[in-house]
Amino acid sequence: MKKPFLALVLGAALLCGLLTACGSGGGGSDAPAPEPARADTLYVGIAQDLDSLDPHKMVAAGTKEIMFNVFEGLVKPAPSGDLIPAVAESWTISDDRLTYTFNLRPGVKFHNGAIVTASDVAYSLQRLSSGDADIVSVDAFSNIAAIETPDEMTVVIQLAEPSNEFLSYLTAAVVPADYDELDTMPVGTGPFRFVSRTAQESVVLERFDDYWAGPAALKTVTCRVIENSDSILMSLQSGAVDLFAHLTITQAQQLGDDFRVEQGAMNLVQALYLNNAVEPFNDVRVRQALCYAVDKQAVIDLAFDGFGFPIGSSMYPAFSKYFDDSLTDYYPHDTERAKQLLADAGYPDGFSMTITVPSNYQPHLDTAQVLVEQFKEIGVNAEILPVEWETWLNDTYLGRNFETTVIGVDASTMTARALLERFTSTAGNNFINYNHEDYDNLFAQAQSCTDDAEQTALYRDMERNLTENAANVYIQDMADLLAVRDGLTGVQFYPIYVLDLYGLSWQS
Amino acid sequence: MKRNYYLLAGLAITGLLSAATLLGFFWTPCDSAAMTADKFLAPCPAHLFGTDNFGRDIFSRVMEGAGTSFLIALCTVAIGAAGGVLLGAVTGYFGGLADEILIRVGDALTAFPSILLALVVISLLGPGKPVNLILSLGLVFIPSFARVTRAAYAEAREVNYVKSVRLMGASHARVMLVHILPNTLPVLLSALTIGFNNAVLAEASMSYLGIGVTPPDASLGYMLSEAQSVFGRAPWYALTTGGVMILFLFGVGLIGEGLRFREGDAL
Repeated sequence: MKKPFLALVLGAALLCGLLTACGSGGGGSDAPAPEPARADTLYVGIAQDLDSLDPHKMVAAGTKEIMFNVFEGLVKPAPSGDLIPAVAESWTISDDRLTYTFNLRPGVKFHNGAIVTASDVAYSLQRLSSGDADIVSVDAFSNIAAIETPDEMTVVIQLAEPSNEFLSYLTAAVVPADYDELDTMPVGTGPFRFVSRTAQESVVLERFDDYWAGPAALKTVTCRVIENSDSILMSLQSGAVDLFAHLTITQAQQLGDDFRVEQGAMNLVQALYLNNAVEPFNDVRVRQALCYAVDKQAVIDLAFDGFGFPIGSSMYPAFSKYFDDSLTDYYPHDTERAKQLLADAGYPDGFSMTITVPSNYQPHLDTAQVLVEQFKEIGVNAEILPVEWETWLNDTYLGRNFETTVIGVDASTMTARALLERFTSTAGNNFINYNHEDYDNLFAQAQSCTDDAEQTALYRDMERNLTENAANVYIQDMADLLAVRDGLTGVQFYPIYVLDLYGLSWQS
Repeated sequence: MKRNYYLLAGLAITGLLSAATLLGFFWTPCDSAAMTADKFLAPCPAHLFGTDNFGRDIFSRVMEGAGTSFLIALCTVAIGAAGGVLLGAVTGYFGGLADEILIRVGDALTAFPSILLALVVISLLGPGKPVNLILSLGLVFIPSFARVTRAAYAEAREVNYVKSVRLMGASHARVMLVHILPNTLPVLLSALTIGFNNAVLAEASMSYLGIGVTPPDASLGYMLSEAQSVFGRAPWYALTTGGVMILFLFGVGLIGEGLRFREGDAL
C-alpha cells in the first residue's frame, strides 16, 4: 500500500535534487598543493584542449587564444586595435594599393634558432593559400597575384585587386620554410616557445630568450585543460591555476579573497537586432521608439550585475580608432518620447512582437527578459521565442525570417569593415535587411579611399548613420571576466580573442 | 470506520497550496515580473522566499509558476484520461483483434521514455506554446490510462452482473458507461492522482530542458532550471521552489492513498 506513495515522494525529491544539482561531479583530482613561491611560473586554466598545434590548421578560438604567444605574422595586433610591426620592421604600400613591400626585422629568430628570412615568409603565405585540405586557407590571400623575394630581408606582395585592409590579414603566422613537424613540435617567432602537450591535460610553454623585443618576465607557463565548468572555481581556489578567462559573473562572485577580477570585453556588439524589412520595424520612428524604451545600464545591471560596456552603434570600444562614444547615449532612456514616437507612427497603443533568442546563450536570454519588461512600459508586448542554435542560424540569420533577435555580432578581422560591411543593402550577411542609400554610398567611398584618416572618418559616419536611423537597438559589448591571482600583473585586453602572456609578471 | 488520516492530511496540504495557487492567478504580493535592483535577497518578511537573479520576488513567482505548472498538468491528465479511458473501455470490453493491435501499440509507446516521446511530439508541433506542451504530454499519458481501464473492463466483461444486464437488453454503451464505469472508479482515481503528479513532474522536466514555458513566464520547472545556475549564491531559490513542488506532490499522493483506503473499505 505504501510503496507507490513512498516511491512518488522519493521520486519527486530525487527529481528536484537532480534538476538543481545537474552536471556536478568530476574534478578534484587535478589539484596539487599550492606553491607559494612561483617567481616565474604561471598556471593558466583553459576550457578546452588545443585542436591543432600547426598555426595554419587551428580552427578553435580557444587554441588561437593561447598560441598567440607562440606565433607571429609580419604584423601583429596591439591592445589598441592597431597593427604593429612584428616579423616585418617596416613596410610601404604603393599608391595604387597593389604592391605591399615589407622589410623584415633583422635578427628575428625562430624558436629552433634559425634566422627568419624572406623565403620563410613567402613559404608561410603560400602555404595558407595552397588550398591543402587541412590548411585553414585565408580567403583574402586569393587576392595575391605574386610574392617576390628580391633579397633575404625583403618581401614584395603583388595583389590582383587594390585593397586597403590586406594588411590586417598578415597577422597570419610565419613558420620556417619546409619545416614538417608543425603538428607535433611547432616553431614560431613569438615570445614563448612550445615545449610539450599532454592531450586533454596540459600544454607547457617556455620563455623564448631570443625574442626580438626582449624576453618575457615569466619563464614557464603551463596551460591546464579544465573542461568541467564546475571544477574551474575549485582549481583556482586550490592553487592549481592562477589565471582563468571567460568566467561567468556567478563564478567571478564566488572567487574569494586571493583573486581579483579583471574586466575585459568580449568584443562583440550585443543588440536587439531588428528586421528592418518587416512591419512595424520598417518605420524608423518605431525603431527609434524601441531605442528610447531601452535602458542599457539597467539591462547591464539586472542581467549582468553591472559588468558590460554600453554601446550605441555597430562598433565596440576596443576598436578605439573607430569607436564613437558620443553615439552611446544618442537615445537616452525616455519612455514618454518613445510613446510619442509610437503614436506618430500610428501605434498609440503599442503592438506585439517576438524576440527570437538562441536558447543555448543564457546571457542573450537574460537580456531578452529584461527587454520584455522595459518594452511593457511603452505598451509594446514582446514575447520571447527561444530556438535552438541551428534553427537560429538557418531561419533567423540565413533565412532572415524573424522580427527581432538578441545576439552578439563579432568582427572576424581587425578592421571596421568586418563590422560595418554587413549592413550595406547588398551584403549577403545583412540579416537585418538594413537598406539605406547614404550608408551604401559611405561604404563605397570608404573602400575607394586611400587615406587612412579619411577612411576612419567615413567609417565613423557609417556608425552614426546606423545610430541615427536606429538600425538596431544597441545594448552593450559584454564583459569578459578574468580571474587573476593576487600578485600577478600586466593583464592586457585585445580587441580580438587572445590571451597575451608576454607582459605578465609576479609582483612580490 | 477508522478515520482516514491520509485523505485528511492530503486534502489539507493540497487545499492550502491550491488556494494559494488560485489566488496567484489574480493577486500576488509583488508584481511577479517586476525586476528590481534587489537581486539575490535572502528570504525576509518583504520577500518570503527571497528574490532571484533579476530581483523578482520568488514567492510571487512560485504562486504564479505553480498555477502554470498545475494548469498544464490538469489539462494533460484530462486529455490522457479521456483518451485513455475511451480506448481502454472499448478495447477491454469488446476484446478481439482491435484490442490486440491497440494494446500492442500502447506497449510500443510505453517502451519509449515518456519525456523522450513528448520531446518528439513537441518538436513536430513546434515548441514555445503551452498548448503544444499540453497536447504532447497528453498524448504520452494516454497509454497508461488505457492500460488500467482496459484491465478493469476485460475483467468486468466476464462477471455475472454484466452478463445479466446484457441479457436484460441493455445496450453496449449503457453497460460500459452506467454499469462498469462506476466500478472502475477506485482504480481510475488512483491512476488520476498518480498521473497528475507525473504530469507535474513531466512539465517541470520539459521546462527545465527549455522546451516548456518560455521566459519570462514562470513555471516550477523553469524556475528550478534558473535556480540551478545560481545555487551557490541563492540556494533558497531552488529550495523554496523545489520544496513547494515536493509538498504539492506529497499532498496529492496522500489523497490518492486515502481514496484507495476508502474505496477499499467500501468494496
